Amino acid sequence: MDMFNYTLKRILQMIPVFIIVAVLVFVLIRLIPGDPAKVMLGERATETSLAAMRAKLGLDKSYVTQFLIYAKQLIHFDLGDSIKYNMPVSKLLGQKLMVTLSLTLVSTLFTIILSFAPGYIAGIFKDKLPDTIIRVIALVALSVPTFWIGLMLLTIFAVHWKFFPVSGWGTGILEHIRGLILPGITQAICVSAIMVRNLRNNVVDIRHSDYVDFARSKGISPLRVSTAHIIRNALIPTTTLLALRIASMLGGSIVVESVFTLPGLGALLVNAIYARDYPVVQGVVLLFVVLVMVINLATDIIYSLIDPRVKLS
Amino acid sequence: MSVKIKKKSSINPSLLLGLIITSVFVFIALFPSLLTQYDPIAMDSKSMLAAPSALHYFGTDNYGRDIFARTVYSTRLDLLIGVGAMIVPFFVGTTFGIIAGYYGGKIDAIMMRILDIFMAFPYMVLAIAIVAIANAGVNALFISMWLVGWKEYTRLVRSEVLVVKNAEYVEAAKVLGYSDFRIITRSILPNVLSSAIVYGASDIVMCMMSGAAMSYLGLGVQPPTPEWGAIISGGKAFLGVAWWIMLFPGIFLVLSGLGFSLIGDGLSDILRQKGR
Repeated sequence: MDMFNYTLKRILQMIPVFIIVAVLVFVLIRLIPGDPAKVMLGERATETSLAAMRAKLGLDKSYVTQFLIYAKQLIHFDLGDSIKYNMPVSKLLGQKLMVTLSLTLVSTLFTIILSFAPGYIAGIFKDKLPDTIIRVIALVALSVPTFWIGLMLLTIFAVHWKFFPVSGWGTGILEHIRGLILPGITQAICVSAIMVRNLRNNVVDIRHSDYVDFARSKGISPLRVSTAHIIRNALIPTTTLLALRIASMLGGSIVVESVFTLPGLGALLVNAIYARDYPVVQGVVLLFVVLVMVINLATDIIYSLIDPRVKLS
Repeated sequence: MSVKIKKKSSINPSLLLGLIITSVFVFIALFPSLLTQYDPIAMDSKSMLAAPSALHYFGTDNYGRDIFARTVYSTRLDLLIGVGAMIVPFFVGTTFGIIAGYYGGKIDAIMMRILDIFMAFPYMVLAIAIVAIANAGVNALFISMWLVGWKEYTRLVRSEVLVVKNAEYVEAAKVLGYSDFRIITRSILPNVLSSAIVYGASDIVMCMMSGAAMSYLGLGVQPPTPEWGAIISGGKAFLGVAWWIMLFPGIFLVLSGLGFSLIGDGLSDILRQKGR
């Protein structure tokens, strides 16, 4: 019951933030220079056809009127129609959301695979060879730009060795998965580096803490000390960090989707900016904001579930 | 007879290695013409997409431009983007954090609300939107990263200030009647600055990567200005045939990022040993 109340309270707190964000997004998008009508009809369009297009897109009305239309549509969960694709923005978002969420899921899985074990090992063998090697690799991985490592992986494993598709995400579940592996690993590399360092430091701190010493002195087997005490407690702050990084992975999808030509929200955003497709840019940004807020809320709730000391207030 | 025990102090290895690597890149940035005789934007239709050789160390691109020259000349711009995009948020964010943390109350509440709104956007989404507004280009890059980068500093510094605020020497200073300004600059600032500086080192790396990524997307540095991300972007079309266009600027990005990361790690070690 507590959790339900807390969730409700948080959702209510999110509403004013969302309203301000919606206004900000409206203003920001309108500030982008360039005329959508011209972008659609081309440089040589006549003034009359441009005026007709602007009227059709609702751009000839005053900003206040445009905002009121925008606000009214938002309340009804209507995000307007795409200027470029001539279809409801919400439908467009729905198609692309699946891709981006799948990418984020795959990236998270790879992050866990690439970071949990090394982070733990580095912590246990502090200052010895495994620790040094893992920390050096993590440091280098931190300095590697995501888009570049993606391109390198693409060149080696897709173009040269043809294990994976060069672009796109294909049709059917199997091809989707195949198309997400390289992008997933690409995104996971940078995030894993951060996670490994964080987990290693947590393990180091916990290993020398009082309760671990006490557990050992009680005669509990080293295996049980590791699993029940060290791993579980070290994972608490690391999991919270992972959840936060998932939110930033959403932003990172913009670049990764561009490199691997995945039909997701990120790619949609970039193309919409080029095309001055106001409704789509608005819709994508608002959706991203909602996703981030949901992830933050989920993080807090999961954190309270894992760590019994934390009480939701 | 008294025995003098001399404590041998050695400089932190990460910091040393980081400073060496960064100095090399600063040198490359300052004196690119010493390293190559080619002009980074000169085209040569006779040697397009040439593989790396003694004549062209890093090969050429589809316009016949020497990649080594373009990579070397990009160093100045990329380092400038990294440091320049970080420095303004560093000062502005730290100031906000100190004000919010020290004065608390309504000022803090307002700042936290503003922070919440900015935190609702993923970094890249907001950065790209701002770059698009400010008319894609180098200036737009700076404006965008300045507007987006301050929030981490504010959060970091604010939490540090909250801890330091209740220390005894701050209480003593207040009792002695020192002005707020004096308390902040003399007692609080020196203690919170260190974590901001350590974060700043990793922020330089992040700014360089973001700048390169946005230039890769065509939203940052515009052609024909050489910049590592832009060069890599130009190489994508020739993925299978001219891998050298993308490889070498990327390596430069990694190494320069490594230099700054090592400095950040070294500083962090030193500050932790000093007992913060």
